[in-house]
Amino acid sequence: MTSVKEGLGDKRGDILMREQTTPPPASNAAGLQSASVMSGRGREARFLWLVPTVYIIFLMLPIYWLLNMSFKTTNEILGGFSLWPRSFTVASYVEILTNPVWYNGYISSISYVFINTAISVSVALPAAYAFSRYRFLGDKHLFFWLLTNRMAPPAVFALPFYQLYSAINLFDTPWAVALAHCLFNIPLAVWILEGFMSGVPKEIDETAFIDGYSWPRFFVKIFMPLIASGIGVTAFFCFMFSWVELLLAKTLTSVAAKPIAAVMTRTASTSGYELGLLAAAGVLTIVPGAIVIWFVRNYIAKGFALGRV
Amino acid sequence: MLELRNVTKTVGATEHIRDVSLTLQHGSLNVLLGPTLAGKTSLMRLMAGLDVPTSGSVWFDGKDVTGIPVQKRNVAMVYQQFINYPAMTVYENIASPLRVAGAERAKIDKEVRNAAALLKLTPFLDRTPLSLSGGQQQRTALARAIVKNASLVLLDEPLANLDYKLREELRAELPKIFAATGTIFVYATTEPHEALLLGGNTATLSEGRITQFGPTIDVFRRPNDLVTARTFADPPLNTIVLKKSGSSFLLDGGVSLPVPAELAGIADTSYTIGFQPHHLSLARPSPSAVAVRAKVSVTEITGSESFVHLDFADVRWVMLEHGIQVFEPDQTIEVFIDPRHIMVFDANGRSATPTQMLAA
Repeated sequence: MTSVKEGLGDKRGDILMREQTTPPPASNAAGLQSASVMSGRGREARFLWLVPTVYIIFLMLPIYWLLNMSFKTTNEILGGFSLWPRSFTVASYVEILTNPVWYNGYISSISYVFINTAISVSVALPAAYAFSRYRFLGDKHLFFWLLTNRMAPPAVFALPFYQLYSAINLFDTPWAVALAHCLFNIPLAVWILEGFMSGVPKEIDETAFIDGYSWPRFFVKIFMPLIASGIGVTAFFCFMFSWVELLLAKTLTSVAAKPIAAVMTRTASTSGYELGLLAAAGVLTIVPGAIVIWFVRNYIAKGFALGRV
Repeated sequence: MLELRNVTKTVGATEHIRDVSLTLQHGSLNVLLGPTLAGKTSLMRLMAGLDVPTSGSVWFDGKDVTGIPVQKRNVAMVYQQFINYPAMTVYENIASPLRVAGAERAKIDKEVRNAAALLKLTPFLDRTPLSLSGGQQQRTALARAIVKNASLVLLDEPLANLDYKLREELRAELPKIFAATGTIFVYATTEPHEALLLGGNTATLSEGRITQFGPTIDVFRRPNDLVTARTFADPPLNTIVLKKSGSSFLLDGGVSLPVPAELAGIADTSYTIGFQPHHLSLARPSPSAVAVRAKVSVTEITGSESFVHLDFADVRWVMLEHGIQVFEPDQTIEVFIDPRHIMVFDANGRSATPTQMLAA
């Protein structure tokens, strides 16, 4: 499979090289004609679209290939090279959406991701407010320490979580994974939200208190609408990181709450290489992320900057 | 009656407010005048209850309100920045204090429309604050302060970020609006002429201390000390250190100012003489005026007035003259000081003239 991909990549590369060799003579000719610097530039500009286009093609290639495979039969995939499905089939998708082994994977993945996002955002909101508005002993150190939680590999925490959750009968439930993912999602949520909150002038809080708002009422009625986009971005990041995390999700579940990514690896090992099925599962795994990205597309850059733009 | 008793506010190692005692009466207009960082905002936050004093106490109508949260006090505050709730319409912004207080719908509507009409906001009630101009945003904030009908209204340089025309208009309007309600009205500003235009009482602030509190005109005319005089002068106060000898102040260089009659008795030593830029003139204002020769440094012409910056001995003076006055730089001209308008301060900066403070 990989060799096929690389082969295609090389071919693309060849085409690219040939295309790139054409422009220089044209621009040289323009340069020879005196006083036509502007037109020379215009000719160069005509090929400027080439670089991003090639880049995007390279980026999209694996996704296209996955989509391509998902509509092929496993035999065709293994049989040889084809740029598009010769015998188009949606059998893989039907299998996934009707077989509980498959769709339960999605359900458990989605449930722990949602639980995690809800916990992370609701816990991070007041914490971020405190970091944004109050000065207290060691606040800066604590704030930085939060972020360092993200720097430890999840594998470090897999064993303690496994033992702890087994002891308190939380093992193999969506809650186990959701709580474990809080380890890295809450610090992230606090950091992003703090950035957004610090963008709201403190005087708005004070004006609300002067008007007579109690803190909870102010927070829900006045403050949260002001950082709505920040909350959206934070929720997206929590969703994303929880959705793509595999190690903890796999370690802390066995049967009942198995995440989709783990289901995918198991199917590959038991019933041979059902590549079409795997590809379809892969496509369906990308879909939720793509949908969520669509909603926060205008704010996402600010989120990556942790709200500090 | 709002009373601050020996209030001090320290943040970290810096003292923002230093031992301030102040009494403000109901229905009074009070101006806090001082340069940036003098502590005007800090003092207002203490009055409002947004901050708790490090030491000292705040009393309202005979009750100690130190440490009582701002929600439980009946105050309104408007900031220099235009602070509104961006997610709400102008109507909801103005209605907000009434809604929180749980007022009836009909009453809210009446109050909001009254305040909006007063501040010419009626056409914008359905818009959100951020879609309005700066002046309209600030008027929304002011309208919210009006509907609250608070017993203490604090305006922290409310007009500083507005354009000239609107500032003039609102400055005349605001004291009238709040005077009718019998509230304690406090207005912070950095501009001496704004304090004079507002009238009422003025407290001059410098480095966290109140240097003087009294009727605005009195503070302006008879400052207790040099710091107050400097705070209450724009363009800056002209000063010069002279030695008193008998009946005149002398500077090595031939300048001699007669000592005002009421100060005849003060000791013969060094004094700082201060006078306002408009008490320095090109024409002899009175037979007793003293002529000095000074070198022109720069002339700023605003149209109806000219500010002539002069170098005299080792000090820099500003002369305010009507009309357009053109001088070459480095030209030496004769100017007159009117001894009737000089202020005399001793070595400690205290006024040598006996003054009375407003009963505290």
